[in-house]
Amino acid sequence: MKNLVKYLSLLLIFVFVLAACGKPTADEPSVAEEPEVVKEPEVAEKLRIAIVSPSEYNDFAFTQSIYDAMTLFETTHDIEWAFSGMMFNVDDAAAALRDYAAQGYQLVIGHGSQYGSSMQEIAPDFPETSFAWGTTVETFGQPNIYAYEAASHEGGYVMGVMAAMLSKTKVIGVVGPIETGDAKLYVDGFVAGVLATDPTINVRVTYIGSFGDIALAAEAAETHLAAGADVMTGTAQMVVGAIGKCEEAGAYWFGTQAEQSTFAPNTVVASQVYHWEVVLEDMVARRAKNQLGGEYFLINLANGGQVIAFNENVTIPAEVMEAAQATIQGIIDGTITINLP
Amino acid sequence: MISNLFSMTAFLGILASGIRLATPYLFASIGEMFSQRSGVLNLGVEGQMILGAFFAFYVAKITGNLWLGVLAAMGVGALMGLAMAIVTIELHATQGISGIGFYLFGVGMSNLLFQTLIGTVETVSGFPRIAIPLLSKIPIFGDIFFNQNILVYLAFLMVPLAWFILYKTTLGLKIRAVGENPQAADTLGVSVPKVRYFTIILGGTMSGLAGASLSIALLNVFQQGMTAGQGFIAVALVYFGAWKPWGVLGGALLFSLVNGLQLWIQVLGIPIPSEFSTMMPYFLTILVLTLTVSKVKTPSALTKPFEREG
Amino acid sequence: MKSRLGQIIDAFLPLFATLAALLVGAIMLIALGVNPLVAYQALLQGAFGSKNAFAETLVRATPLLLIGVGICIAYRGNVINIGGEGQMIMGALVGAYIGVTLTNFPGWLNITLGLLGGVVAGAIWGGIPGVLKAYFNVNEILSTVMMNAIAVQFKNYYLTGSLMDPSQADMASKIPQSARLEEIFRLPRLWQPTRLHLGSLIAVILAILVYILLWHTTTGYRIRAVGQNPHAAKYAGVKVKRYIVLALLLSGALAGLAGATQVYGVNYRMITDGSATGFTGGAGFNGIVAALFGQLHPILTIPASVLFGALIVGANAMQRVTQIPSALITALNGLVVVFVVSSDYWRIRRQRRRVSTDDSSDEESYLQSGDNSRTTGEVTP
Repeated sequence: MKNLVKYLSLLLIFVFVLAACGKPTADEPSVAEEPEVVKEPEVAEKLRIAIVSPSEYNDFAFTQSIYDAMTLFETTHDIEWAFSGMMFNVDDAAAALRDYAAQGYQLVIGHGSQYGSSMQEIAPDFPETSFAWGTTVETFGQPNIYAYEAASHEGGYVMGVMAAMLSKTKVIGVVGPIETGDAKLYVDGFVAGVLATDPTINVRVTYIGSFGDIALAAEAAETHLAAGADVMTGTAQMVVGAIGKCEEAGAYWFGTQAEQSTFAPNTVVASQVYHWEVVLEDMVARRAKNQLGGEYFLINLANGGQVIAFNENVTIPAEVMEAAQATIQGIIDGTITINLP
Repeated sequence: MISNLFSMTAFLGILASGIRLATPYLFASIGEMFSQRSGVLNLGVEGQMILGAFFAFYVAKITGNLWLGVLAAMGVGALMGLAMAIVTIELHATQGISGIGFYLFGVGMSNLLFQTLIGTVETVSGFPRIAIPLLSKIPIFGDIFFNQNILVYLAFLMVPLAWFILYKTTLGLKIRAVGENPQAADTLGVSVPKVRYFTIILGGTMSGLAGASLSIALLNVFQQGMTAGQGFIAVALVYFGAWKPWGVLGGALLFSLVNGLQLWIQVLGIPIPSEFSTMMPYFLTILVLTLTVSKVKTPSALTKPFEREG
Repeated sequence: MKSRLGQIIDAFLPLFATLAALLVGAIMLIALGVNPLVAYQALLQGAFGSKNAFAETLVRATPLLLIGVGICIAYRGNVINIGGEGQMIMGALVGAYIGVTLTNFPGWLNITLGLLGGVVAGAIWGGIPGVLKAYFNVNEILSTVMMNAIAVQFKNYYLTGSLMDPSQADMASKIPQSARLEEIFRLPRLWQPTRLHLGSLIAVILAILVYILLWHTTTGYRIRAVGQNPHAAKYAGVKVKRYIVLALLLSGALAGLAGATQVYGVNYRMITDGSATGFTGGAGFNGIVAALFGQLHPILTIPASVLFGALIVGANAMQRVTQIPSALITALNGLVVVFVVSSDYWRIRRQRRRVSTDDSSDEESYLQSGDNSRTTGEVTP
């Protein structure tokens, strides 16, 4: 027992020595205790943005939407940005948010609604840093937290209208991950759009209980097809499995979060694409005027943060296209109200 | 609404789902069965599967040849198996844990390669369906059973093949002997390490094939983390099947059919929360095993490294 | 003296193996165009470079330690518990429920009940596979894998339903999370301003208690006896089935506590992203690895989980500095596990030599030889 303790302490000492060796070369900013923004005299104005996101940058869904937005934003603004994907574990994400803030990133974005708690905790330690998270409206009354949300039901509604008109079998299938957040909002909007257009249509919704299980998403799509569906939609990154099955069966698909027509050019009728640049633009502009947070932003059809991208490879009948445009206009005008369950 | 579940469409749909979903499990579980029968628990199936899925997809994509993709998947599975074999046989690593290492490595590596070599989710045109003449014309069932892609047929063929190898060949006898009583097998001149190298590499190859069946036959896409825990289910199904090929088939079918059923329950709008519907296959697998299992004989040397005495 | 040197080497083996794995990782880093020296310096810096970094490492190590200690019990009892993920989730779920329900209780009582609730939930979730194994001959690998998946669905069901934060239920975003614990219902922090919390201390105390349980009580002796040779144990009058259940139950209880301390000490609420790892961070699996780093000894598991926690925290920091894909971190993690688990070979080989040369029969060497029979596996008749 005594020996054991001795070796343990030896081990710990060794580890500390190693850590100490690592220290001298990294000159200044270490971590949380010094929240001041690091000064970089030559490039003082270059804005540094960090993104922490739960999935991978190329997930064809939620994470890709912010990644694509950053790539676009970079072309028009003088920024430097960093990205940490696969931060599905809230603890890892919290460490990442804190570290980016400590490294002197001026805008730290946690792109996932599970990151709110962490942000609420971290933000007060870095009063000079702006934080942002979504999708939500909650800024916790903190002066340096922004929140953002997507009115995903709006695009869902538009596509629901189109789907209802395109369906010949009067059966439409939906493949969702778990019944929550952005996914549920989109699905509810879609269903509302279908039923507003044709209440006799049978819209069937499955939630497969996972964001990652492509095989089960594909099987859910097969089930919808076998049950007679000829138009389908779905949300989150595992839908690529379902889109593939639609392609095989010649059914139509409506996408959301990212542009999905590049994945299945003859199947995806339209995608609701999130343009988070709109939000980024707002936040950066506010920050330039010394407002570090405390506001929430929404992307929707009206402000161009959500765009319905019609796929040119799929021939959409003129009356469906007209109805879609009319619906978009109606939602923007406020003449159409979407009744969510 | 519940009555709709008893319609012919739903019944056939569930059967079809079951067959498709069972395919990767069959490959992986039968491979794992061989390595467990020789006394080696490989928990790294998930990692081997996903690396197999990636290589099958990537090679099929760049060469345009699906069979090369299958070969690549089997090759990388075999390599992972070889690594597992060295660690297990030569270094006596605790098996349950080394497998976790290979699982993590496979998941990370496949994702890394995917990002550097492909970068975005794409499709590949996978194995087409092959209708078997005459049989596929059998009314009602013909289309489900005899109009599938080649890897589905292959997966189901594995079951009698595995049974034959395990019970009717000297190789099978050696495998069982090594898993049951390695010391005795050794005395009789069977090389325990050799047999185990063979079965672990075979297991890896089959797991690679399981991955290929997902990425270039059933789903025709690759995305990071796409195996979503199927490798662990495959290991569990070996226990369900009591280390017997037909038992494994039963387990794979039960799990997959219930999964098909739960999707139909949701599609037909039967009012059960989707979460409870989703947990059905897991729950029922445990339940069925609890109610049916009597005296199962675990391979005695399972997880135990072999050491020549004296 | 020689054997002492050997023991020192043994204690450092996991560390050497980790370094070897990182060396292989260096090749991958070079292939990605990253200077491995810069990367690994960032790793060390991220894990130990500051007060906060070190505290984060310890916070991350806490669930690994709790689960790892449970794994020590399970492995000593010769059951393989890969259900840590599910047990941790159930523990957290019950903990979170108690935390937001019993709000008119004093803080200490709420916390105690919440943690105990987590323990009980984990014990049940681990005990079920135990009962199934002992009395129904259902293999524990199968049942724990399946029960992990079931736990995830329970988590999704309650967090999108009755346990959802009431303020979220009114919002469109409907984030699947429980309400935030009030300040008085949180585990106290030990090292302001870092997140190091009382749970870490509890975990260390439990590691010591489990050591005492396993090696200084009859119960522990019986668990190990059943693990080493169930036939002999049965012959000696030990109720084998009962101890199989107990081993899994205790192991589950510790995992459940790990879940509850994550709620009470770190996140102050429970959140789901639909997956298990979103909440657990893979602790159910990594805890097994930490236990092995610690040679399945509860006390040694303490530094082992710190090492492994450091690796996770540091590797993430390395990703941020070098902007390499996060996938590399997962792959590296796997390599470390494989290398460490393989390095055990040299320890066991040396141990065996030692046992065969000096035939000392004090307790420690008896245990070590017991160790051998577990890992090298004499065939039971």
